[in-house]
Amino acid sequence: MSETSASAAPAVRKQPRVGLFVTCLVDIMRPTIGFAAVKLLEGAGCKVVVPAQTCCGQPAYNSGDRATAKALARQAIETFADCDYVVAPSGSCGGMLARHYPDLFAGEPDMAVKAERFAEKTHELVSFLVDVMRVESVEAHFDGTVAYHDSCAGLRELGVKAQPRRLLASVKGLTLIELEEAETCCGFGGLFAAKYGELSNAIVSRKAVDIHRAKVGAVLAGDLGCLLNMAGKLQRDGSSVKARHIAEVLAGMADGPAIGEPQGEPGR
Amino acid sequence: MSEVATTPKFKSNVHDALTDARLQGALVHARNFTFRRVAAAERLPEFEALRDSARAIKDHTLLHLDLYLEAYERKVRESGGHVHYTQDAEEARTIIVDLCRSLGAKTVTKGKSMISEEIGLNQALEAAGIDAVETDLGEYIIQLRGETPSHIIAPAIHVTKQDIEQDFRRAHRDLPPNRDLSEPEQLLAEARGILRAKFLSADVGITGANFLVAETGASVIVTNEGNGDLTQILPRAHIVVASLEKVVPTMEDTAQLLRVLARSATGQDASVYTTFSTGPRRPDDPDGPSEYHVVLLDNGRSSMLGGEFENMLRCIRCGACMNHCPVYQAVGGHAYGWVYPGPMGAVLTPSLIGVAEGGQLPNASTFCGRCEAVCPVRIPLPNMMRHWREREFERRLSPTPLRYGLGFWAFFARRPTLYRLATNLAARVLHRAGRRKGRFSSAPFASGWTQYRDLAAPERTTFQSQWRAKSGATK
Repeated sequence: MSETSASAAPAVRKQPRVGLFVTCLVDIMRPTIGFAAVKLLEGAGCKVVVPAQTCCGQPAYNSGDRATAKALARQAIETFADCDYVVAPSGSCGGMLARHYPDLFAGEPDMAVKAERFAEKTHELVSFLVDVMRVESVEAHFDGTVAYHDSCAGLRELGVKAQPRRLLASVKGLTLIELEEAETCCGFGGLFAAKYGELSNAIVSRKAVDIHRAKVGAVLAGDLGCLLNMAGKLQRDGSSVKARHIAEVLAGMADGPAIGEPQGEPGR
Repeated sequence: MSEVATTPKFKSNVHDALTDARLQGALVHARNFTFRRVAAAERLPEFEALRDSARAIKDHTLLHLDLYLEAYERKVRESGGHVHYTQDAEEARTIIVDLCRSLGAKTVTKGKSMISEEIGLNQALEAAGIDAVETDLGEYIIQLRGETPSHIIAPAIHVTKQDIEQDFRRAHRDLPPNRDLSEPEQLLAEARGILRAKFLSADVGITGANFLVAETGASVIVTNEGNGDLTQILPRAHIVVASLEKVVPTMEDTAQLLRVLARSATGQDASVYTTFSTGPRRPDDPDGPSEYHVVLLDNGRSSMLGGEFENMLRCIRCGACMNHCPVYQAVGGHAYGWVYPGPMGAVLTPSLIGVAEGGQLPNASTFCGRCEAVCPVRIPLPNMMRHWREREFERRLSPTPLRYGLGFWAFFARRPTLYRLATNLAARVLHRAGRRKGRFSSAPFASGWTQYRDLAAPERTTFQSQWRAKSGATK
């Protein structure tokens, strides 16, 4: 054992190269979440890269189209080959990458090994910050009471539960109220929301009741899919509760319009 | 088939359920099971380890199912009972009806059994002129109403107290019309009085089984009302009807499974009654039936062995998956349209009646994963629903718009450059159209969504295009 070695544990000291898996929803609907993720990752000491990417393949996988899901999985695994980590601001896409890719290639040894390796380096954003980068607090300010909805895949596939609450506790001015049914699905379910619109509406209506009961100004979550669903329902009901991705709040980037709110002047 | 499945019209069943105010009021109570399960699990530190061991017991049994069935059959015969193997519902019905006829049965009492529902036993008995009386209170109520169970352990969970009062007044005409039935205890006392006479007059008692123990040849039932005991002890003959995956190797295994069953189901540490029946009455027994028959039903289960749905045969029918399912909580059990509702029904129904008939059910899931999280034998229910979707897709049974939509989307998703340009264009167009309000309250391209909710407009251009512009500028 050489206690004097100055180069002990170099792996930890090296700036990790993190590939941001933006997710197709964030890419198209709400880039602010992507920039918030970059800010948080850089703040935690990561070098962030964004290789050209499309979708994790979950819509195909959950519709029974395994061939397309595999093709997109191969594409994603190649795209992020030179990254130390892959991080997604979503438990749902993160769960697809980290839990379901290995399942997709079970029985194909060469790809299975690659998918396993890819899965091991892949994380949901907030749990990556806390569990891997050991971030204990953030420098952010957000005035108001908020509820945090545990998105299903993040919670049950990736164990995202304590990490977001821990970081939210360090946001100045923010009070977190627990929903009575924080762990109950919001009814989004990807294509489910459109295929079974009436059923999805019944489930999200109950979620909206739970959010109102908590008397909060905003509802936060780690998945844009769930947020679009909850925001859309709250707005249709005429509610004033705002919906935001947790990354926006943690990165101090929650001063723009909330999800589905008027955006003012035209963008570029 | 026991009854005509309404599963293919699941969506209209859902609509009916969601617009039925009385049903929606009754369903609120179903959620109590979830709180009780959590409390029961917290009282038992080894609960999670017990779930692993329960899964291992069932996996081991399924791997050697033939051996354990033979061992079980041998023990039943040694104890003086008879075992009848049946391939399908019709064969099982025929054997049971013939047995009842040969015993000269006029009245049959029944303990709660989902297999009896699966094979449509009550209709078959009635057609043969035999009076079949359900003795589980919930089953008795839905029998009076001419309904099927809406939950595998709480069959009348969709019924309110007021409904039961009306049903009892309609069915029990001999009782004073002005009697008070406003309290649950009064309803219970009335049912108990009616059923007591039935127990005493029954010629045959038919029960299901939670477990069949290979080591001893015993069938095991758990109840909270004790109706099962009176059903199987008092009549001249006891017929057990059970599916073949109910067999477990030993009494020790049975005890382990019982420890997770009630906790997962109702949050009780144990059900009020756990009853083991082994063979007919022996010469020095104080009571018991003089004949003991076991009708073992396959009905497609053996073809699930060794395939991607084998894990479903681990199911011990606790109902935890449906108690925790957002879809079940929203619509109740009847909307599923066949015998088994909830996530376990969504996997089992296509296996038993075919994916063409039952294919709606595995699609109607958000994949929230809560069913798998609470399943005492850790059945990967969402994965198995996905397997059904894959089979539908392979057989081109998925809806055509879905197939075309996926194909169109996949074309772009597999070509990153084209995808970036196309999504950026779409984002810009939608942003311009929706930015003032920030959202769309109707959108022809997403009417399934906007019929019920607003749809947020894209913020501006895509993240990837902004990132490229930025990093190009800073380099």
